[in-house]
Amino acid sequence: MKHTISLSLTLGAFWLLNSDHNTPLILSLGVVSVAFVIYLTHRMDVVDHESQPVHLTAKLPGYYVWLGKEIILANISVVKHVWLGNQTISPTLATLVASQETDMGRVIYATSITLTPGTVAVDLAGDQIIVHALLRENIEALEAGEMDRRVKLLEDSCL
Amino acid sequence: MDSVIEFASALCLLTGSFFCLSGGIGIIRFPDFYTRMHAVGVTDTLGAGMILVGLMLLRPESLVLIKLIMILLMTLFISPTASHALAKAALRSGCAPLLYRKDKE
Repeated sequence: MKHTISLSLTLGAFWLLNSDHNTPLILSLGVVSVAFVIYLTHRMDVVDHESQPVHLTAKLPGYYVWLGKEIILANISVVKHVWLGNQTISPTLATLVASQETDMGRVIYATSITLTPGTVAVDLAGDQIIVHALLRENIEALEAGEMDRRVKLLEDSCL
Repeated sequence: MDSVIEFASALCLLTGSFFCLSGGIGIIRFPDFYTRMHAVGVTDTLGAGMILVGLMLLRPESLVLIKLIMILLMTLFISPTASHALAKAALRSGCAPLLYRKDKE
């Protein structure tokens, strides 16, 4: 139930902020479309803690700040190697072990890896993540486990 | 005050364009599919991000700001999903990545 309420509020806010026309006709069309989407998602059986991770909301901003900093640093490093040329890159494929226990935690970890330029999560099976990196150092940084530890903390805080 | 904000916005737009350009050059320069995908990552994150922040600074009081924030969040959720799907499809269909060998040094 709380996931349905959270989804309705999100969709309602999304509609209001995008339309900005507060006439009765437009608003009632909005209510109808939100209700229709809620009906559809229930029929598809996708309204649960995975599509609406309300339990994560409080802890996410802190993680986003840290991830944002990492993304900026990674961008600068990749751009540096774009301009330095192909002799300076060392493409590497490696398998990492994710320490998260839930699917949600693993997906957050794999998506964070892909979002950071220079590393892409190619495959995820069980707790094994295959990662392709532009530089050998990127893999070493991931193996050191700072990101893994932070996602684990995020996951633990909401169990 | 207005000119300070306009200057900051111009600076953000310029940096964003530089990152997009570098991403584009990376796509041409890098040797294989997987390394090129890393160049796309630059355009997706800081390139698009800085340009959107630059635009946000120009209209901080209106609803446009919220729409720009939505676009930014959507990009940050969608682009890693697309990159992952591409990489997985490429590896499954047998596109072997060029790997770095130590003996090249």
